[in-house]
Amino acid sequence: MTAIAFQRFREGVRREFPLLIGVAPFGMIYGVLALQAGLSPVQAQAMSAVVFAGSAQFMTVQLLAGMTPAPVILFTGLIINLRHLLYSASVAPWVSHLPLRWKALLAYLLTDEAFAVTIVNYRQNGEDTMHEHWFFLGAGLALWLVWQASTALGIFLGAVIPPAWGLDFALPLTFIALVVPSLRHHADALTAVVAGTLAVMLAGLPYKLGLVLASLIALGVGLTVEERA
Amino acid sequence: MNSTWIIFFVLGTLTYLTRFAFIALWGRLRLPAWVQRALTFVPVAVLSAMILPELVFSDGHLNLALDNPRLLAGAAAVLVAYRTRSTLLTILVGMVVFWGLRFLLTGG
Repeated sequence: MTAIAFQRFREGVRREFPLLIGVAPFGMIYGVLALQAGLSPVQAQAMSAVVFAGSAQFMTVQLLAGMTPAPVILFTGLIINLRHLLYSASVAPWVSHLPLRWKALLAYLLTDEAFAVTIVNYRQNGEDTMHEHWFFLGAGLALWLVWQASTALGIFLGAVIPPAWGLDFALPLTFIALVVPSLRHHADALTAVVAGTLAVMLAGLPYKLGLVLASLIALGVGLTVEERA
Repeated sequence: MNSTWIIFFVLGTLTYLTRFAFIALWGRLRLPAWVQRALTFVPVAVLSAMILPELVFSDGHLNLALDNPRLLAGAAAVLVAYRTRSTLLTILVGMVVFWGLRFLLTGG
């Protein structure tokens, strides 16, 4: 690693830092809930390494606890993770000059939080992006480490906290903390309301299909309303 | 190897592919504009569809009355999230209201 590469790597870690403070509690809550949902400590930690996507992990944990069939879990997880296509498409031109092993590694680290600081950095640096993959690596690795460590801490806590505390309620609260600040405009708010209401109305459908249907219909409503606005 | 492990590895692979797809296929594949716009709605739609049933059902029954601690605690959390945008504060206030109401309603 050259001096400039190391400098960019460190800058990536530094710019990721404020987001790490927000991510650490999520990782811990995930660890706690994964154990309370019946996963083994090894499984809980493995999902953080293999899937490495917070919302999908939370959702999988909850659906596993509800005895949801595997195809529904996979489909729901895939839908929520489709947003990565956007990130992938956005960073693609900036990393197109790199060798395949770099692309493969950076893709693994392409989370919401790493994308947020990386794309801003690429746009700020304009033409001169020779060394900016080190920035990407720094931001991505910092987030990876904090996610794994906070998961481990949560697993440790989850083994001590009794289920009677009702800590599973932290899950919808976590989702609220994720969704509410991300509502950008009326179309988003309408999407949220339609999705929630339909999910309640269709809750009787088997295999949690109500969840899938409600999400897809709400998405269509949001898209239509935004188009007309 | 039980089904939980299989789910992890299949979901992990699918997730990785969503991250790698356009990086690997740059210049050969492009997302249509309407798909890009649709994707921005995905997290809000899916997460909201998971939140509301968790708040209004208690023991498998729809309960929209004020003796449902999850509903009131959820409403408090939405308010805190809207006002402060703080993850930690949202979860903390939500849990405290939830525990407080549960204590008041059941006496323990």
